[in-house]
Amino acid sequence: MRTLKYWEAISEATVQCMTDDPRIVIMGEGVDDHKGAFGTTKEAYAVFGPQRVIDVPNSENACAGVAVGAAANGLRPIVVHTRADFMFLAMDALVNLTAKWRYMFGDHGGVPVVTRGVVGRGWGQGATHSQSPHATFAHYPGLHVAAPASPADAKGLLVQALRSGDPTILIENRSLYPVEGEVHTGPVPVPFGVGRVVRPGSDVTVVAVSLMVHEAELAARHLAGEGISVEVVDVRSLRPLDDAIICESVARTGRLVVADTSWARYGFAAEVAAVVAENLPGALREPVRRVTPPDCPSPVSWPLEEAWNPGADSIARACLDLLGHDGVGSPGSADVAVGFDAPY
Amino acid sequence: MANDRGPDIELVRTMVRIRRVEEVLADCYRDEQRMRTPVHFSIGQEATSVGMCAAADPDDVVYAGHRSHAPYLAKGGDLPALVAELHGKEAGCSRGRGGSVHLVDAAAGFAGSAAILGEMISVATGAAWAFLLTGRSAVAVTFFGDGATEEGVFAESLNLAAVHRLPVVFVCENNGYSVASPLRRRQPAGTGIAARAAAHGVHALEVDGNDVFAVRAVGTAAVARARAGQGPVFIESHTYRWREHVGPGRGDDQGYRTKAEIDSWIEKCPIRRAVDALRPAEPRIDDWVRAWETEYTAEIHEAVGRARAAPWPDVASLTHGAYSPATRHESVKGGTCAR
Repeated sequence: MRTLKYWEAISEATVQCMTDDPRIVIMGEGVDDHKGAFGTTKEAYAVFGPQRVIDVPNSENACAGVAVGAAANGLRPIVVHTRADFMFLAMDALVNLTAKWRYMFGDHGGVPVVTRGVVGRGWGQGATHSQSPHATFAHYPGLHVAAPASPADAKGLLVQALRSGDPTILIENRSLYPVEGEVHTGPVPVPFGVGRVVRPGSDVTVVAVSLMVHEAELAARHLAGEGISVEVVDVRSLRPLDDAIICESVARTGRLVVADTSWARYGFAAEVAAVVAENLPGALREPVRRVTPPDCPSPVSWPLEEAWNPGADSIARACLDLLGHDGVGSPGSADVAVGFDAPY
Repeated sequence: MANDRGPDIELVRTMVRIRRVEEVLADCYRDEQRMRTPVHFSIGQEATSVGMCAAADPDDVVYAGHRSHAPYLAKGGDLPALVAELHGKEAGCSRGRGGSVHLVDAAAGFAGSAAILGEMISVATGAAWAFLLTGRSAVAVTFFGDGATEEGVFAESLNLAAVHRLPVVFVCENNGYSVASPLRRRQPAGTGIAARAAAHGVHALEVDGNDVFAVRAVGTAAVARARAGQGPVFIESHTYRWREHVGPGRGDDQGYRTKAEIDSWIEKCPIRRAVDALRPAEPRIDDWVRAWETEYTAEIHEAVGRARAAPWPDVASLTHGAYSPATRHESVKGGTCAR
């Protein structure tokens, strides 16, 4: 174990897996350029060259289908979208082909395509460059969907995806790229469907994923100073979802806040609330709270964007509200993007 | 300065204005860090927007992609509203919600720009269909880059426009790069974008995109043809961007293109070429250009100053505009702590 940044962990997993498995190729717009998908494909390109790290035309729909055909014929493609919003151009191939291939052809074989989508956040990325589509894809049976929060999970979940017989969607919030953490030296997979308790607590459970895990930790540290004990659960993957770790925590605390970077209705926060409602109908001492963006697209204007993005403040407020406390000061927001040298 | 020196001079004046606006905006963007929105400058590519918009009638509508400032200004979009939008202010053309890539000025006939490649190719086709079905004589003009022609929507829209003979002019600003990927690695050698458009049954031609008079001539014929019900026209305008794909930098340090290549295109500056062409008949033109540069430098600095001082949007109005006012309260959760 040693410390890596989130983007370095993705790069390392990619290179190690490509070394071990010659079937793995990377396809994506600009994966070979000077920025190398936020650095995550630079080393792979340097090591494996343009035969395996392939710049593609601006053809997301075709490339998603091409990846299906390639995977059905022995390759293991990684498709990279440096803005996840462009995955919507590939919805047909992702939803009608990738997710359904194994089942609708009678389980004769799968299409283990790994699709990485990067969520833009901050610097006025705006309505069509800031969306977090993890729950959108998690709706469809046949896909695995994960959204790692830590460098260790960014590596481990990618390794898992590249060894899986099924297609995987990995959603990476770009604000996480500079985050540092301990990472296994070798390619050690993190299984899908296994969450982790990031911080134990007894008064309220905050279930989060991706960037919101960090915001929840910040809120929890702040509230600890007020004598409030918050348990933070990172589900790591959305499909499969670790129902047990959520329910075990809520059974102890009796209070649930769910935090997400995407909207509340029909989203990740709704699903977690449903899991608790279905499994623990008597455990909740207070109503579930969902901390999410409000029901409008992401605005560009700085104060509006700040208000739109949920953060540690709103998580802390939700926890305090459930516990019947008034406000006890602001924990601020985890601006993990400080030092990130590419505002656009 | 009023347009009293004829249409050719007017083209130069408009290019000088857009150039000065974008150069000053790029400096302010880099130095002040107050425009928190990704920006894609058209510096070096002005002739395509200016020539095409001069060919269009005031009632014609223009759509654009992410490289949107030049077509917005060329169609007559309001400058202070553009600058306020880049600053995220309520006075912005999209009230600070949309940013650089989502510009609009309906009064000027600039109907919208978009950040996702190729989107407005289909939207302009739909606008043209509406004109046809409602008996309006307007033409829809849409700007996009060479990269957008690789999207499926390009083929689908051209096919639809051709089969229905829609009054739309597709203008591809081929600047040779999609972000840092050169055209030769994205489209096969021996083929051309205009040829592919022609294969869809769309009247297609190519033009020197740094020759504003040539662009205007081709554009005038294209708009007339579309308006006359003879079907859509595709124009491939060959040009080059001097700056990086996104942001204010020059992009000559990023390794994907050489300084010599950039310099060779700066030699083909569309403003310089137009001035050279007009000088024999208008020996005073260099004085005029200098005067315009001074005038527009002052204009853009004033707009930046006003935008900086302008009020932010009211955070209480954050969700307004997601739906029409009648449905707003039923459909929208207001805060980050939804119950």
